[in-house]
Amino acid sequence: MENFEILYKNLLEFGWGEGIMILIGCMLIYLAIAKQMEPALLLPMGFGAILVNIPLSDALAGPIQTLYNAGIANELFPLLLFIGIGAMIDFGPLLTNPKLMLFGAAAQFGIFFTLCMASMFFPDFRDFFSIAIIGAADGPTSIAVANKLGSQYVGAITVAAYSYMALVPVIQPPVIKLLTTKKERLIRMPYEQKSVSKLTRILFPVIITVVVSAIIPQATALIGFLMFGNLIRECGVLNSLSDTAQNVLANLITIFLGVSVAFNMTADKFLQVDTLLIMGLGLVAFIVDTAGGVLFAKFLNLFSKKKINPMIGAAGISAFPMSGRIVHKMALQEDPQNFLLMHSIGVNVSGQIASVIAGGIILNMAAKLMGG
Amino acid sequence: MNLLINAVANMKWNPMAFVDNLHYMGIGMLVIFVVIGVIILATKLVNKLFSK
Repeated sequence: MENFEILYKNLLEFGWGEGIMILIGCMLIYLAIAKQMEPALLLPMGFGAILVNIPLSDALAGPIQTLYNAGIANELFPLLLFIGIGAMIDFGPLLTNPKLMLFGAAAQFGIFFTLCMASMFFPDFRDFFSIAIIGAADGPTSIAVANKLGSQYVGAITVAAYSYMALVPVIQPPVIKLLTTKKERLIRMPYEQKSVSKLTRILFPVIITVVVSAIIPQATALIGFLMFGNLIRECGVLNSLSDTAQNVLANLITIFLGVSVAFNMTADKFLQVDTLLIMGLGLVAFIVDTAGGVLFAKFLNLFSKKKINPMIGAAGISAFPMSGRIVHKMALQEDPQNFLLMHSIGVNVSGQIASVIAGGIILNMAAKLMGG
Repeated sequence: MNLLINAVANMKWNPMAFVDNLHYMGIGMLVIFVVIGVIILATKLVNKLFSK
């Protein structure tokens, strides 16, 4: 009988927590495949969650911990992913109308509102600052900031950030409709096609890096890697590197990032009431972000002769290009001749920049509290 | 389920912390608008200097 011990001994180590976490892992895989919700990240995360919750698993203390230490504990993976994201973004619509960046700034309101909300439940500033950054609607920024602050909730924060990014088509439209009238949603915004010189496109990432880093040094790595990727795209002499950054590098890092985030998804760390609370606060962050952008556009309309369709304010969150497309689609539903795509995409890419700046501001505030 | 209800019932929270941390909201939004404002001005300048 002792010889058969190997067949059942490990099974006895299973607790209900591990079982629930494996079910959560399966649910993430289901959402990734069946619902196509951020599949590139939710699938590796789901499978990683299964791997780390097998009792006595050699995956947790072995390859997953090694990957975590190599790329997440030191924020390397999110930063490398930013090179790929930067190479994917065309800042053209933003460069033709730089004022659109204001909406990107307004839509970060959810971050700071959630910071105050989270502070009511989480006394440690490292935790409530990290939870607030879910409102950046930007997975790599959330991971980088939460890790740099040493929050114990990195796993829950990452799951919340990516889940709500995938749920943007569900979250944003009701909030937009609630805050706008039909008349406002029908406002047309003609797009003036202006050419942007190549030199401007090349100088833009350099200027953004210098300006943001000079004011908020804590954002240098985040904004620098994002803009480095964009410079590779725009310089015109590194097409092969640009392709690699957009495809191979981004895909490879996404796989590693997804699996290694699961390091924080063990039952003892994840199955807490705090996790549910963080998921709730993440939802608040996304709703208030959307409301912030829309209400800011309505505020500008009080003074502006050229009326702005307030829906474009909602695209100021960083979920690119999903948010921009949703606004465009909503405008078409109201009026099939109302094309807001170029405006909403311009606002959406500005949200990418603004969310990274917000991440830097959070790190700066935290550094002061830590005495750094 | 009872475990969850107990955990929620025993949860500690401090409503005053919201007010105590409101200044982060003010400073954060101010800084973000200032930085974005500088970027807009710089972009407009570059557009003007190097437009075709």
